[in-house]
Amino acid sequence: MSTETIEVNVGDAVSRGADATAKAESGKMALNVGPSHPTTHGVLRLMMDLDGDVITRCEPVLGYLHRGDEKIAENMTYNQFVPYTDRLDYLSPLANNVAYAIAVEKLTGLELPERCEAIRVLVCELARVSSHLLGMGVFGMDAGAWTPFMYTFTEREKLYTLFEELTGARFTTSYTRIGGVARDIPDGWLDRVSHFCDNLPKAIDEVEKLLTRNRIFIDRTEGIGQVSQEDAIAYGFTGPNLRASGVDLDLRKDKPYSGYEKYDFDVPIGTRGDCYDRYLVRIEEVRQSLRIIKQVISDFPSGLWYAEDAKKIFAPPKEKILTSMEELIQNFMIVTEGPQIPAGEVYFEAENPKGALGFYIVSKGGGVPYRLKIRAPSFCNLSILEKMVPGHMLSDITVILGSLDFVMGECDR
Amino acid sequence: MIDQDFTDSILVKFSSVTKRHHEDCLTLDCASFSVKDVLLHLRDEETFDLLVDLTAIDHGEHADSRFSVVVHLYSRIHHDYLRVHSICENNEQPSFPSVSDLYPAANWHEREAFDMFGIRFNDHPNLKRILMWDDYPYYPLRKDFPLAGIETPLPADDVAEVTQASVDPAPMMGGPFVSGTGDNMSEAEPRAKDESWTEDTEKPVL
Repeated sequence: MSTETIEVNVGDAVSRGADATAKAESGKMALNVGPSHPTTHGVLRLMMDLDGDVITRCEPVLGYLHRGDEKIAENMTYNQFVPYTDRLDYLSPLANNVAYAIAVEKLTGLELPERCEAIRVLVCELARVSSHLLGMGVFGMDAGAWTPFMYTFTEREKLYTLFEELTGARFTTSYTRIGGVARDIPDGWLDRVSHFCDNLPKAIDEVEKLLTRNRIFIDRTEGIGQVSQEDAIAYGFTGPNLRASGVDLDLRKDKPYSGYEKYDFDVPIGTRGDCYDRYLVRIEEVRQSLRIIKQVISDFPSGLWYAEDAKKIFAPPKEKILTSMEELIQNFMIVTEGPQIPAGEVYFEAENPKGALGFYIVSKGGGVPYRLKIRAPSFCNLSILEKMVPGHMLSDITVILGSLDFVMGECDR
Repeated sequence: MIDQDFTDSILVKFSSVTKRHHEDCLTLDCASFSVKDVLLHLRDEETFDLLVDLTAIDHGEHADSRFSVVVHLYSRIHHDYLRVHSICENNEQPSFPSVSDLYPAANWHEREAFDMFGIRFNDHPNLKRILMWDDYPYYPLRKDFPLAGIETPLPADDVAEVTQASVDPAPMMGGPFVSGTGDNMSEAEPRAKDESWTEDTEKPVL
């Protein structure tokens, strides 16, 4: 048996390796994610340059959900704009309603009865719980853990049933009015909220068991998307994202509104400002919200749920409209001309689940704002992406976006 | 504490700054040429290191100075906001110094103000539209821009060529969400026209 030897020139191994590296280095790839992509939680578009798996440039493109809410606000009365606030951060419409109502009331100098303030604190905290439940569940899903989402979504569903009972709608609640809330709480509703709050910690514990000490989850989130304290402040971070970076700023403590100073709660602070910290801060915020809710319920004030002396601002009760001339006229004026708000300007920020939602209102008197600017926390929280993302792997994008917990409805307005 | 002394110290330091009547937080009027110096002072010396909001106001076509920029700062030491009003030079082509080098947070806010009001922020690193598309020809939040919008070409040329479509103004009367005037229901609310019967034709007997 004869053997034949063929000499094949395969080149020098070292030079082959260098070739491959050079190719990879020159072969940068442009990658477009979104606007419609499950990672982007809405319609955010990211234009990225990739070097292998590493992102070298990231440019967010916004505006795909822009509806001109600020222009619309200039063309309608104050109460007519309440449903539009539902559609800003549509995961916590109740908190948006409250923030908007307080902003306008600040302009009028209206004092609200205790019961109204307590109801508002209660619904704000319930909205925070519902928003964080979804935020955490979806964040787990972004990191590849599907099951926690099932636990959190089940709980959120129960919460939405409570919202439905209170406001008549599950999603777009439109609950507040200038000078009060749309209606008083139904009979027995507080007991059902208490019942929900007693059972929620069990579900949170389940989620924590699945995520908090999960090796895979920690590997994917720890040290990823780190934002230093200085950057967080410079880029206008607010809310849980800011606190995860170690800045102790919670407007409920710093500049209490709607009677938050009466309640005892802690503000969780992160240390490193990475995705894992942002998750931990949200988990703890849910527990703290439950503390606030329990305090509100245990000492629920009686009285009216609207400012009675606000004759030109808050519409009178329905039964009086139908039986009394004076109230009929009052109701007619408020519906046709809007609540009469004095001239002036006001800026109010509320600590919403996503961050500080601000309303800057310029009024020239009458029922329509001259200019209404919405300072959306998601908008400000996203502006750091350009600086933060480069240097990360492509697979980190899902985790980073999930941990920032933004809503495009609010970002684009 | 934001008290009289605090206000006075700023008014003494900057001759271009005046105090304005306010209801909620200290409000300063500042000439646009010195706004960067004032903000730098407020940031570094007075702990107003959070720029929470930057926006613009259109005072109307016939106002003496049409556009002004409003900045809201927050201090974690004073636990309070501070508002700075500043008038833009030139009503036709308003311009304003960019403060995004002092506060990176201002970057997107300034882009939005440019997008909505057409205010040019000088020395801005990336001044282009942020909410509307790049070629959009108008500034929607100006007071002379109609609520319904103005007809404009579609942003995608290839789609526009095939479909001959354009971006149309929103219906202010008779649209799917707006009731118009009309003698009867089907004229006032076009949705009713889909029904096989109206006030004029009787309901078919099945």
